[in-house]
Amino acid sequence: MTEDMSRYPLRLEGDDVPMVRFQNVTKRYGPLVVLDQLDLDVSPGEMVTIIGPSGSGKTTVLRMLMTLETINGGVIYVDGEPLTHVERNGQLVPANSKHVRRIRTKIGMCFQHFNLFPHMTALGNCMEGPVQVLGLSRREAEERSLELLDMVGMAEKRDEHPSRLSGGQQQRVAIARALAMRPKVMLFDEVTSALDPEVISEVTNVIRHLVGAHHLTMLMVTHQMGFAKEISDRVCFFYNGAIEEQGTPTKLFENPERERTKQFLNAVLDAN
Amino acid sequence: MIEWRWHLVWELAPRFTDAAGKTLLAAGGGYAIAVILGLVLVLAQRTRFRSLTFAVREFVELIRSTPLLLQVFFVFYVGPQFGLVLSPWTAGLIAIGVHYGAYLSEVYRGGIESVPAGQWEAAKAINLSAAKTYRRIVIPQALPPAVSGMGNYLVGIFKDTPMLSVIGVTELMHTATAVGAESYRYLEPYTMVGAIFLAISLPAAYLISRFEKWVRRTLGMLK
Repeated sequence: MTEDMSRYPLRLEGDDVPMVRFQNVTKRYGPLVVLDQLDLDVSPGEMVTIIGPSGSGKTTVLRMLMTLETINGGVIYVDGEPLTHVERNGQLVPANSKHVRRIRTKIGMCFQHFNLFPHMTALGNCMEGPVQVLGLSRREAEERSLELLDMVGMAEKRDEHPSRLSGGQQQRVAIARALAMRPKVMLFDEVTSALDPEVISEVTNVIRHLVGAHHLTMLMVTHQMGFAKEISDRVCFFYNGAIEEQGTPTKLFENPERERTKQFLNAVLDAN
Repeated sequence: MIEWRWHLVWELAPRFTDAAGKTLLAAGGGYAIAVILGLVLVLAQRTRFRSLTFAVREFVELIRSTPLLLQVFFVFYVGPQFGLVLSPWTAGLIAIGVHYGAYLSEVYRGGIESVPAGQWEAAKAINLSAAKTYRRIVIPQALPPAVSGMGNYLVGIFKDTPMLSVIGVTELMHTATAVGAESYRYLEPYTMVGAIFLAISLPAAYLISRFEKWVRRTLGMLK
């Protein structure tokens, strides 16, 4: 990468530092450009929803922020500090794994297919990070985990293995597992897409509660347009690896400006 | 008609008991080396260092594609020419341990690759270190599918210990051949070798399949 790094600040300072900033971020798979020079700021406590057709790069945005994907250009900042880079001799250079691990503690993620650890109970899944990463005692971790399992309505199933839980139940445990790490940013990657229609509300209710009760910054990729409209502070419509249009839910859903946004919304709303 | 001489069997019993112990020692020792070495070989293939990955991959292929007997000879007879003088026991254990280590690394690899990508991602999302991801998440899930292959190779290494007789390890085969040379009787000693192998292999196979089920149950793989 022969990018000129001097245009990127070493850290973000000032009165309104975004919780997350994508600055000029590019992601390629070989010749295929998945995200093209993306700029996106998310404020502390903001709920931003990403919608768009498949292949538009929306999931990649979350995966890059969780460092499940490396980036090919640009810089991602979290809480004012660069995530993908680190300062050396007054310049940003690609981050080492130690730096990435330090910044990554601020981010939590829930996946489409839950990805619970099958050899651990619901409680064990929630306690794993606090005990093994944060170094909490088992008692403290259990207390924290039980509180969260209670919040997602899964306290009674604390001793069950994931194979004995329904999809909706597994996803709620996965949300508790992510929250047990006390992240500042939560990422929801199509968390209702693998669920049966009748249990989707179990999961959306938990997310709704999080928006109301916690000062969490959230990024969500979803196909649930109604939910996105109801819950988001801002909606970004991705098309072809770039943000085609963004705005408040009311503006984007009721008064979209761009032709592609209108086409997408018509297609999706017709299908429902 | 050749008659079966029971008195020879009783006479030889103590010698064969001793030799059976050495066979088990060779199999157990070789397997212990193989279990650890296999893990090293598979983890070395999963590092970021491309040249290391390539070298280890080729080494595993080399070992798997050449006969164990040749490898035993190499360690024992070619080693000294490079200043590596080993006793038959040491040379034998190294050869059989490395040979089966290569096979076990493939068993482990299959087990590790059977763990879905989502498990690695979830481990990363809660910020587990690489070492803890292996220890706490990947290996417990890779083990159940690997146990049956590991068990097969345990029986396999046991049945391959006669290879060590050619460099003078006094295990069962070596003892039977020596008895034959002394007494010109081959029927009883070789039959005894076969009977002893059978008497150990069959229960071992049974115990391994029991162990496999136990591992699956204990690690909560109730799929």
